[in-house]
Amino acid sequence: MLWLEGVSAGYGGVTVLRDLSFAARAGEVICVMGRNGVGKTTLMKCIMGLVPATAGVVALDGEAMQALPAHEVPRRGIAYVPQGRRLFGPLTVAENLAVGLMARNKGEAVRERVLDLFPRLRERLTQVSSTLSGGEQQMLAIARALCLEPKVLLLDEPTEGLQPSMIAMIRDVVVGLRATGVATVLVEQRVSAVLGMADRVAFMDQGRVAEVLDCAGLQADAPQFRRYVGV
Amino acid sequence: MGFGPFLLLALLEGTVAAAVLALTAVGLSLVFGVMRVVNVAHGEFFMLGAVVAWFVAAAVPGHAAMGFMLALVVAPLVVAGVAALADWLVLKRLNYDPEATIVATIGLLYILQQSALTFFGPTPRPVEAPFTWRIQTPWFGYSGYKLFVVLAAIAILLAVWAFMTRTRAGLVMRATQVDRQTARAFGINVDRVYAGTFALGAGLAAVAAVLVVPVSQAHYLMGGDPLLLSFIVVIIGGLGSLRGTLVAALVIGLGDGVISMFFSPTLAKIIATLLVALVLVFRPQGLFGAKA
Repeated sequence: MLWLEGVSAGYGGVTVLRDLSFAARAGEVICVMGRNGVGKTTLMKCIMGLVPATAGVVALDGEAMQALPAHEVPRRGIAYVPQGRRLFGPLTVAENLAVGLMARNKGEAVRERVLDLFPRLRERLTQVSSTLSGGEQQMLAIARALCLEPKVLLLDEPTEGLQPSMIAMIRDVVVGLRATGVATVLVEQRVSAVLGMADRVAFMDQGRVAEVLDCAGLQADAPQFRRYVGV
Repeated sequence: MGFGPFLLLALLEGTVAAAVLALTAVGLSLVFGVMRVVNVAHGEFFMLGAVVAWFVAAAVPGHAAMGFMLALVVAPLVVAGVAALADWLVLKRLNYDPEATIVATIGLLYILQQSALTFFGPTPRPVEAPFTWRIQTPWFGYSGYKLFVVLAAIAILLAVWAFMTRTRAGLVMRATQVDRQTARAFGINVDRVYAGTFALGAGLAAVAAVLVVPVSQAHYLMGGDPLLLSFIVVIIGGLGSLRGTLVAALVIGLGDGVISMFFSPTLAKIIATLLVALVLVFRPQGLFGAKA
């Protein structure tokens, strides 16, 4: 289980996350929503150790992570798909996957399982990743993260700029991960995508998680969407 | 001697210069490419390689080849160790800030240079070549050792290429070069990659120096020219581009050899510097560099 308690973090002298508390259970898909600038991406980076927590606790299965160097966080089992994909552009598809596999010393079997999820990548293994289409790049970004066989998967706006068929495919992958016990934390702006994937929604406001709702029975016109997301 | 043989001799000299320059410049290019650090002390790592080679060769009795071969192993390792120490003591503490590291490596340049003056002295000292065979052409005899330098440089550059493209460590370095934050998010210890890259870059400069020191001499001020020429090569080839560095080293090395022989070494440097100015004006990213 991923657990954050009283976390503060920011950049330089600017505090973005303020006394934030949050939890994601194994096998759960939890979506983080909020207006631009409330700290959703900072939350992701803070969990990864890329933006250090200045206060509070970030813990995975009871182990405090906030004091670890950033490169130790993925080794403990947290994988990250950053906003904008951030592939290693000049590297091939196979090399991007190899970087993912290295993090937790995973082998060929894991790579094959990941490629079974994204058969199109299997056809493009020797292709330089920056030459892939936007959808294929997003597949690769998710595949690279899944190569860690993570306990927790962080996805920052994975459907941004993608066509509906690609969004459906990503939804199927996320929903499929739920059955394997992976906790998925998803930053998303589209209400329809959230309701199709998530078990719970955490609404962020001013650097805090203001409200957490179960998705069961939640409608797209729920007042929380208007209040926290503006849709 | 007619023009043809004279040109052949100039091209041979240029090829030797290009081979040594390529090794030195690839080290500088790797450091900039992966770490975004402009290492002004790179020429001093070259000098340190030559100085350590002299100490090793002088300490080994018997045939010159024994001392030279040992120097070829020991000097790059010692220089790489010094570079790793400098990375840990200085660059890491500056968080590899591009501007601060320029100033820091200028300081490192003087520390290394003055240390060499203190412990090695101001007198240039030769290292004996491992062999003295000459290859006889109909017009002139040419040092077999110089051809060995070219072959050794090609072998080492191929090894560097294989290391970067075929090994796990090379993949880690290339991933870090592209995006260090994402590299960290995939478990790559970026600090360790940087230390290794800085050591490798310095080690390559030291290898180049060990190869060249039997045909020049070890001297505490010998780092200036390799630094200038390496910067010229790396800027023309494209900062961080290994392919560009190799092509530019060949052009500058051959040009340097031919112009130095037919005209003067000073004119060769003037033309090379002019070429850098033209590249900076018309193609700032270099011949093979990616646009920022």
